[in-house]
Amino acid sequence: MRMANLFLLQLLNGAQFGILLFLVAAGLTLVFGIMDFINLAHGVLYMLGAYLMAMFALATGSFWLGLLLALGATLAVGLVLEWAVFRRLYDRPHLDQVLATFALLLILSEGVKILWGSAPLNVAMPELLSGSVPLAGPLRYPVYRIAIIAAGLATALGLWWLITRTRAGMLLRAGASNRPMVAALGVDISRLFMLVFALGAMLAGFAGALVSPVLSVDPGMGDQILILTFVVIVIGGVGSVKGAFAGALLVGIVDTVGRIFGPIWLKLVMDPAAAAQAGRVLAPMLIYLLMAAVLSWRPNGLFGRPS
Amino acid sequence: MSAAPKAAIALLVLMALVPPLAAAIGDPFLTVIATRMAVFAIAALSLDLILGYGALVSFGHAAYLGLGAYAVAVCARHGITDLVVQMAAGAGAAAVFAAVSGAISLRTRGIYFIMITLAFGQMAYFFFVSLSAYGGDDGTSLAARSTLLGRDWLENDTAFFYVVLACLALAYGGLHRLVHARFGRVLIGTRESELRMRAIGYRPFRYRLAAYVISGMICAVAGVLLANQTEYVSPAYMAWTRSGELIVMLLLGGIGTLAGAMAGALVTVGLEELLAGWSEHWRLGFGLILLAVVLWSPAGLAGLVRRLLPGDRA
Repeated sequence: MRMANLFLLQLLNGAQFGILLFLVAAGLTLVFGIMDFINLAHGVLYMLGAYLMAMFALATGSFWLGLLLALGATLAVGLVLEWAVFRRLYDRPHLDQVLATFALLLILSEGVKILWGSAPLNVAMPELLSGSVPLAGPLRYPVYRIAIIAAGLATALGLWWLITRTRAGMLLRAGASNRPMVAALGVDISRLFMLVFALGAMLAGFAGALVSPVLSVDPGMGDQILILTFVVIVIGGVGSVKGAFAGALLVGIVDTVGRIFGPIWLKLVMDPAAAAQAGRVLAPMLIYLLMAAVLSWRPNGLFGRPS
Repeated sequence: MSAAPKAAIALLVLMALVPPLAAAIGDPFLTVIATRMAVFAIAALSLDLILGYGALVSFGHAAYLGLGAYAVAVCARHGITDLVVQMAAGAGAAAVFAAVSGAISLRTRGIYFIMITLAFGQMAYFFFVSLSAYGGDDGTSLAARSTLLGRDWLENDTAFFYVVLACLALAYGGLHRLVHARFGRVLIGTRESELRMRAIGYRPFRYRLAAYVISGMICAVAGVLLANQTEYVSPAYMAWTRSGELIVMLLLGGIGTLAGAMAGALVTVGLEELLAGWSEHWRLGFGLILLAVVLWSPAGLAGLVRRLLPGDRA
């Protein structure tokens, strides 16, 4: 019974982590899919969202006002970056894109360190969402984490509506499958790119802002999430928002549950000391093994189009 | 064609003159920096084989640097201090990792390949982070440098530098022969057009995998030397930003030329030392320079030199 409760708890934590990964991955996979553009600086936008949130929440004294301002600011940052750097790189080889966005990552993360210092920051949780609710029996779960899951699901639903039910979404899908044709039909493709990019930046910033009361805000947070986001996108299939959603939940749950239950399950087949050691070593590698397994089965990811 | 080996030989000879120069001006730190440059030049050369000649953008190459470094720590822990044996162990481990991860990664192309090599690099990184027997996150310091023929010659910085330089010359010579041999021609052919190579009866996958394994093994040798230079081993050697720096070296020197890979490593390490001397926020300046080079001089420094000096190279 206690085991089942622990499992439920970790499942929820994994889902919450997965939802955050999805918010970051959604923007990145759209940019990949539509513009064939690889952006290593995407994780920095997540970090920037958290820092801006910390700054605005402190300045205004309100979580909600801070969140609103942080969203607007990351959107603006996305627009400026697209205008200043990214649009010069769309027609370049992947290698140039990798290097230029790597340079941006160095510049932005060092800039964050200069502006806010290397010490981690904290954001106060809003009054409305603090506390916890009963889940099953003696088990309680924090309201804020439930709010993250709800906000992420609502965003996913909104994205699905935007992509499948609106004119902008139709152009987006058309642009992903045949860019020159859409341009030839008179659509301003560069403005479309700019909007997609800014939207992706805002989603990443949103994820960063959401997570800031739960995690401490530090300069390394962007790097960690970027790599995980890559794993998510590769598993889900480049360019597929549906794939990003499935991949994100899969990675979030496997990673969270694996870290807690890996050593416990290993104890069933080997002695406790060896199981603890092996569990510690294997758990962080689990999602990469998952990725390798998915790829050897489907080289284009779960929902990817064959190239 | 003949300009490149001349440039490479000139570079090696210039580097060989560093220790006497350092002794003359009384700055032994110069030799230490030159050693670092030579170590990273080996790593950059190895990456150039797959990235420059095979167009395989690997973003996890630092993993091999780390495998080589940990080979030193593991061997030393078990009483094996001979440099040559440690190199063989590091290269062997790298060959196994490259063969397995390469076989999976090479099934994919383009953006997928970049992300998968990155993910495998991170996998290796996290493996060593959680390996508490060797210090985990903090790494472990080495009791002494490796021995050569049973003697502790490498404790002398100048002697160590010449050993590293000899390894660099060997790596350059070997790779130069390899890319001009049939193997290299086929590799370049797959870079230009996979379809045509298939049509005339080659299997690109085999050549790519072989190049991937060779590249990893050479990089592991650089890792063995790096661990000896710093007398310290930590997962930081295989951080993904390090893989990025290796690609930056190739870009700065000009991708797909072995002499350029060496020059790029020299410039990058030099630039890092210079900027780090000015400010702890040196990455900001480094990023700005890199961004400027990518946006305005995609052929790297070699391209810049070529543009400024027309007619210098045929």
